[in-house]
Amino acid sequence: MKRSVFIGALSLAGLAAGAAAAGTLDDVKARGKLNCGVTTGLVGFAAPDANGVWGGFDVAVCRAVAAAVLGDATAVEFVPTTGKTRFTALASGEIDMLARNTTWTFSRDVDLKFEFIGVNYYDGQGFMVPASLGVTSAKELDGATVCIQTGTTTELNLADFFRKNNMSYEPVPIETNAEGQQQYLAGACDTYTTDRSGLASTRAAFENPKDHVILPETVSKEPLGPLVRHGDNEWGDVVRWTLNALIAAEEYGVTSANIADMAAAAGDNPEVNRMLGTEGNLGEMLGLDGQWAVRAISAGGNYGEIFEKNIGENTPIGLARGLNAQYTDGGLLYSPPFR
Amino acid sequence: MSDTHAQTVRFVRDTMLPEQAPPATAVGVIGWLRANLFSGWFNSILTIIALGFIYLVLSIVVPWLVSPTWDAASLTECRGILKEMGSEGHFGGACWGVIRDRWVQLLFGFYPSHLYWRPILALVLLAVALAPVLFGEHVPKRLIWFSAIYPFIMPWLLWGGSVWTPIMVAAGLAVGYVAYRLIAVTGGTLLALVAGVVAAMVWWLFLLGPVSGGFDSIIPLGLEGVESRDFGGFMLSLTIGIVAIAISLPLGIVLALGRQSDLLILKSICVGFIEFIRGVPLITLLFVASTLLNIFMPPGTNFDIILRVIIMATLFASAYMAEVIRGGLAALPRGQYEGADSLGLNYWQAQRLIIMPQALKISIPGIVSTFIGLFKDTTLVSIIGLLDPLGLSTAIRADSAWNGIVWELYGFIALLFFICCFSMSRYSMYLERKLRTGHR
Repeated sequence: MKRSVFIGALSLAGLAAGAAAAGTLDDVKARGKLNCGVTTGLVGFAAPDANGVWGGFDVAVCRAVAAAVLGDATAVEFVPTTGKTRFTALASGEIDMLARNTTWTFSRDVDLKFEFIGVNYYDGQGFMVPASLGVTSAKELDGATVCIQTGTTTELNLADFFRKNNMSYEPVPIETNAEGQQQYLAGACDTYTTDRSGLASTRAAFENPKDHVILPETVSKEPLGPLVRHGDNEWGDVVRWTLNALIAAEEYGVTSANIADMAAAAGDNPEVNRMLGTEGNLGEMLGLDGQWAVRAISAGGNYGEIFEKNIGENTPIGLARGLNAQYTDGGLLYSPPFR
Repeated sequence: MSDTHAQTVRFVRDTMLPEQAPPATAVGVIGWLRANLFSGWFNSILTIIALGFIYLVLSIVVPWLVSPTWDAASLTECRGILKEMGSEGHFGGACWGVIRDRWVQLLFGFYPSHLYWRPILALVLLAVALAPVLFGEHVPKRLIWFSAIYPFIMPWLLWGGSVWTPIMVAAGLAVGYVAYRLIAVTGGTLLALVAGVVAAMVWWLFLLGPVSGGFDSIIPLGLEGVESRDFGGFMLSLTIGIVAIAISLPLGIVLALGRQSDLLILKSICVGFIEFIRGVPLITLLFVASTLLNIFMPPGTNFDIILRVIIMATLFASAYMAEVIRGGLAALPRGQYEGADSLGLNYWQAQRLIIMPQALKISIPGIVSTFIGLFKDTTLVSIIGLLDPLGLSTAIRADSAWNGIVWELYGFIALLFFICCFSMSRYSMYLERKLRTGHR
């Protein structure tokens, strides 16, 4: 503790001002650990288990990047961030990347000077109502009381949606998802609105999930993706193509089970060969070695495996792939070619 | 007496009756009940209503509390157990499995499990170090020396690292003292004081790292280091709370004295500091610590987040402490100051021997309230992303096995805080009784 005070004080004096001149990739390699910002806890996306080991859908992206860069999926320092601290943590360099169900918006990308490197989950805002209410469409919610988290984009989306459809509503402001859950169950509001993935996990925790329905309307676009700082394109490329490798691996049928065989020797599919480093030198172009994608995919499997393990239909959350299916299956996941 | 009188009065008692036991309605349980609960029709009605209310609350809470779900591994399993028992519904019974699964995490956060002995030892040693301060007359006098070195032992135990670092930090005090003595011989006391502070600062800022590093390379002795990020749970609250409490009291005394001082600059600095800190909410200061400092400092600087929070909490508490102690100072009769002057005591002697012992005694309830408030305020750090017990409760709920659990976690956390705060408040009452030496 004491030492870091003095290091801090020293830096304050400007003596260490040039220390961070190197790129993030070099910093991470030198440190031997990836500092990855995650949420303080969101079901299925990021949560520590009883032993303090983080797991979840967003966490898997951190682990894949750590595996690609450092060769060790456990070499990640998870930094829990709240909605209020996440952007400063990234901007100040406290974390190297942020994988915290953050919606890709224009102002965050442009004005806050961040670089969204892709989308790992296409979400959208939905509504949950008790089945006994007999509502089948969000358009029938005129005059409803709505539980809504304050200070989020969902609050604005809600206002937009009701204004567009010329309906009125009465907001019941809440602070956290847990509070929303309690208020909704206690009947303080007719409907609870937040991202559909959040609704699904909230509903899964209910005593009788079947008594509640999630309405079909999606009132907003919430593309959630990992982000890095503006201006360090080498590092941005590493994170972007790690995510792309996970997505492409699913498309080409590379799984954690068969990757050892496929990476051992060049196969029939030249694209897979290039990705797994049995052909070409894509890894070197990134500033990594040829096996980077092999390690990233081995860390937690390809995108589909990560999805199924953390939030898929066999988990309590039970999300369908929907928009998050490969483009070949009618979804939006589309990795640019590895060439 | 005359005979006539003997004829008119048939019976005169000439012996005392033996004492009888008081009637059953005036003593024992019944007597107490009559005196305290049913002393009139109005009180009787109130008692019955209150009893009914207490029964109502207990009849809901107790069955909820007594719930055989200790071994459950998930909320679904809890519900299964409760369903078998026939108690269903939103309030069917507590799910204690989450506490069994996570109580260690709620206490220690992410601290490496093979090192749990270190925070525990630090806590035990804290009790030893506090004993001479809190219960001075019951323990050997020499234990106070241990209290003096404890502030250097605690961070070393918690954060680990080389044993030379705390030793060299302590050596800084010696360096400052030597500088003070050397200058005091030739220059004045004030000059010597300044020189002492400057020498200690130079030592801590520039020489400490190389010197302790040098010693470490000769005799490598140390504990496994633990990152601040791994601190969490109740241990984090205790660390922040105890350090802030321990530093804010002396700091508050200095500020209170500074505020009463005749030296204009000193006084304005103290007043400005106190009024500024009291004028902003703690959460603002915490945001300054967590986000604003990050922006101001050069990128790549690693200024420990817990240390930043401790500094902010300490400054916050010391401003309040200063005002509480100023209240104590103001309550002292003018004669005490004049008496000290008439004895020929200088300023510091007067403060140490006459003013402070009385002023602090008057302020004990206020001081302890500030301590308790500060300790509870540590839960605010969950808002800036530190996983204190409240932050961890969110993280635990994010585990799909425990998603949906609220009351059990908050109840457990409340119990932990209640134990700490209640003992502090009882201690302050004990201290007040012990120090009640007159004035009444």
